[in-house]
Amino acid sequence: MTQDLYRRTGAGTHPANLSPEYKSTGGRAPRQPAIVLPQTLSEITGPLLEAERLDALENDLTRQRSGEPLGERIVVHGRVLDENGKAIPKAMVEIWQCNAAGRYHHPGDQHDAPLDPNFYGGGRVRADEDGGYQFITIKPGAYPWKNHHNAWRPAHIHFSLFGPAFATRLITQMYFPADPLLAYDPIYNSVPAGARERLQAAFDMESTRPEWALAYRFDIVLRGRNATPLEN
Amino acid sequence: MQPTPSQTIGPFYWGTIVKVYRADLAPPGVAGERLSVALVLHDAEGAIVPDGLFEIWQANSHGRYNHPEDRRNLPLDAGFEGYGRASTFTDGCSTFDTVKPGRVPWPAGGMQAPHINVSIFARGLLNRVATRLYFDGDPANAEDPVLKMVDPARRSTLIARKDAKGAWRLPIHLGGPNETVFFDV
Ligand SMILES: [Fe+2]
Repeated sequence: MTQDLYRRTGAGTHPANLSPEYKSTGGRAPRQPAIVLPQTLSEITGPLLEAERLDALENDLTRQRSGEPLGERIVVHGRVLDENGKAIPKAMVEIWQCNAAGRYHHPGDQHDAPLDPNFYGGGRVRADEDGGYQFITIKPGAYPWKNHHNAWRPAHIHFSLFGPAFATRLITQMYFPADPLLAYDPIYNSVPAGARERLQAAFDMESTRPEWALAYRFDIVLRGRNATPLEN
Repeated sequence: MQPTPSQTIGPFYWGTIVKVYRADLAPPGVAGERLSVALVLHDAEGAIVPDGLFEIWQANSHGRYNHPEDRRNLPLDAGFEGYGRASTFTDGCSTFDTVKPGRVPWPAGGMQAPHINVSIFARGLLNRVATRLYFDGDPANAEDPVLKMVDPARRSTLIARKDAKGAWRLPIHLGGPNETVFFDV
């Protein structure tokens, strides 16, 4: 039996597909157990997007339009690591979020809050050799949704990561520390207790820019490689 | 360190991560049999899912992945990465123009049948779900080790068939009586 290159993530980390408090899972969560595939070349390879050319300003969501967006300017930064604590160099990090008023630049978002002509809400960056990444953005607002009566999403930034393989693909959301809405949010709470806290960024006083912006740190940990088996 | 938990892509990614939508994988000059793949996303009631996202990942026509982990001495094609991403639209469908992937090895020996690896994201899906697309009528399907792992009654959920327009069409059902076989990779 060949050993998988990437570690299997046990229970206690990811949400169950069927999480009844989050109503949309009812019609969309697969009910049959997924078949565990031995990792082949198909799973241990994946898009590295090395040919993608990024503009210098793609990680600054406050400078994508002619004027400055409204809202509280923030720095969001961190490292992309694997479970072994090893940096994932050159990782592509994509984010998207609503504006300071809680409205997405998206035709499907009908929330009665103003659009900001100077805020588009999408960004991406390639992490450095040390897995480090940084975005400049504005703090997203909370917004209502129709999951249940008076449902509000806590402020969050959507994150998309590829990592080194098809097996390491991850889409997640970053939340802000001590947000009172976290306790009421079925999406955040779909993650098992003890793991959901890892989705909260840390307020990072050290990285604040005096007279300019507060800062939050969000490290992202993707699946790591199994230890190489020792030869007999 | 503990892995970061997954969350749903939500409904509003469109327009904000637009930079890497790629429905055309194979620019002129890339070797192999040209084909179109049409993926259609359905929920458990069979309704179209209009706000999902598909990603595909495949080997080139020689069976080589454009990735450092594939160290075999097979040709790479300039301009062919093997990655595609497209949103489902009002008809739940994403179409990719690509080439037919070659066969890649199975770790325990032998070869896998030509297949395309598929990731699915949507509002209501808290985790990425992964499946594979195989090609109807390919003689290698009979000996594919992954298809052999699947209950024969459900194998057809992985097999694309040519539609009237000549595209390889694969309906993907997130639930219901025709639920697609998904893989834990
Ligand atoms: Fe959101």
